[in-house]
Amino acid sequence: MSIIVPIVAVTVIGLICAVGLSVASAVMAVKEDERFPAIRECLPGANCGACGFSGCDGYAKALLKPGTKTNLCVPGADTVAAKLSKLLGVEAEDVVEQVACVRCGGTCEHTQPKEEYHGIRTCAAARLFFSGSGSCAYGCIGMGDCAAACPQNAIYMEKGIAVVDTKSCIGCGLCAKACPQGVIAMMPDTSKTEVLCSSHDPGALTHRLCTAGCIACRKCEKACESGAITVTGNLARIDRAKCTGCGKCAEVCTTGAITARDFSGAHRFETPA
Amino acid sequence: MKTVIFVILTAAITNNYVLVKFLGICPFLGVSKKLDQATGMSIAVIFVEVMAAAVTWPIYHKLLDGGINFTYMETTVFILVIAALVQLVEIILKKYIPTLHKALGVYLPLITTNCGVLGVTMNNITDGFNFRDSVLTALGCGLGFFLAMVIFSGVRSRVEEARPPKSFEGLPITLVSASIVSLSFFGFAGVLTKIFG
Repeated sequence: MSIIVPIVAVTVIGLICAVGLSVASAVMAVKEDERFPAIRECLPGANCGACGFSGCDGYAKALLKPGTKTNLCVPGADTVAAKLSKLLGVEAEDVVEQVACVRCGGTCEHTQPKEEYHGIRTCAAARLFFSGSGSCAYGCIGMGDCAAACPQNAIYMEKGIAVVDTKSCIGCGLCAKACPQGVIAMMPDTSKTEVLCSSHDPGALTHRLCTAGCIACRKCEKACESGAITVTGNLARIDRAKCTGCGKCAEVCTTGAITARDFSGAHRFETPA
Repeated sequence: MKTVIFVILTAAITNNYVLVKFLGICPFLGVSKKLDQATGMSIAVIFVEVMAAAVTWPIYHKLLDGGINFTYMETTVFILVIAALVQLVEIILKKYIPTLHKALGVYLPLITTNCGVLGVTMNNITDGFNFRDSVLTALGCGLGFFLAMVIFSGVRSRVEEARPPKSFEGLPITLVSASIVSLSFFGFAGVLTKIFG
């Protein structure tokens, strides 16, 4: 007899809990928009924040409200934009696919170390001591903060600076945010030319510190037929809207700071699912 | 008022559940890597411990110990009730306070059967506390857990940057530093009774 009471009592407690929970979950069920899972499914799930919302969940939530643009997902590119537009019944807009570019050519062959750094092995920490251990205060520090941030493993370290493998780059821009020096720029992946230098030092000083730096000689400015290059603050800059990609600037560049090559990102090679 | 502070401080510091009684070690080692995660977990623990203590005390004294004595079922019943309670609280939070639900997030269901939570409720019974002291002890234990987590996440971030010998890297050095933090808490034994006694 004495064993039956506890068994019954525990069973009853269990039953009360079970019934209480099922009733509560039925009564207090939170209604989710049925489009939400479908929209969330379209997004790549990298949570990179390139769209300007807090990750893919945030963007999906924002898309539920009319008026949110469907072309904000850079890693997802045109395929995702098309899917989203179809789901929401709006017109598809083109996504400007982007790639990251390290605007620094200061490899170990071109620069010298100015100090021996023994601290924490991150760019952000190394930058606190005279803007990094390399001779140029503007250049890539090369401790891989960007590579650690890259969800695609598209960045690797070579000869002391970061190199972006553009074929793997999805253009999320996390590396540009992670770089304490600000040498990583995001640009349209249709670009054909780029100045691989960020130094605003005067030409002579730049050349002494780094033989690959832009010395602001203005040869490119003169060679450019479309007037896309301007030298401001001792540094050449290319106006993307005017650049035709002819590559003449790279031909005349004496230090090789301007490169002309194909910057096609991952979106040109494969269609993300 | 004096006893209220005494009960809370005793539970939080001299009888710290993590560092002195070694309960709830899994979240202590698991989510103490980053401060924001550690705080999220700790707040969830405070919340659940107080709720659990408030619910299990009447269950023990009115049901298990009242009339027909089957107090030996304490552990089973407590686990059952606490698990159901946390689920219920989660449903309520999701419906009415979504921001808090988002903040507590995954931690709430994680600690349903945390040994710290179960330990507080069972020790309250063993120590013969009344209802008020039980709830206060649970609050103190939660605060103690919070304290331990915050201190330890600080210690841990320093340990991460240091370079211990190869064989100590990772969990071993974490356990060594945890034991040193724990030793420092043993130093509090007797302090509170001297102040309030």
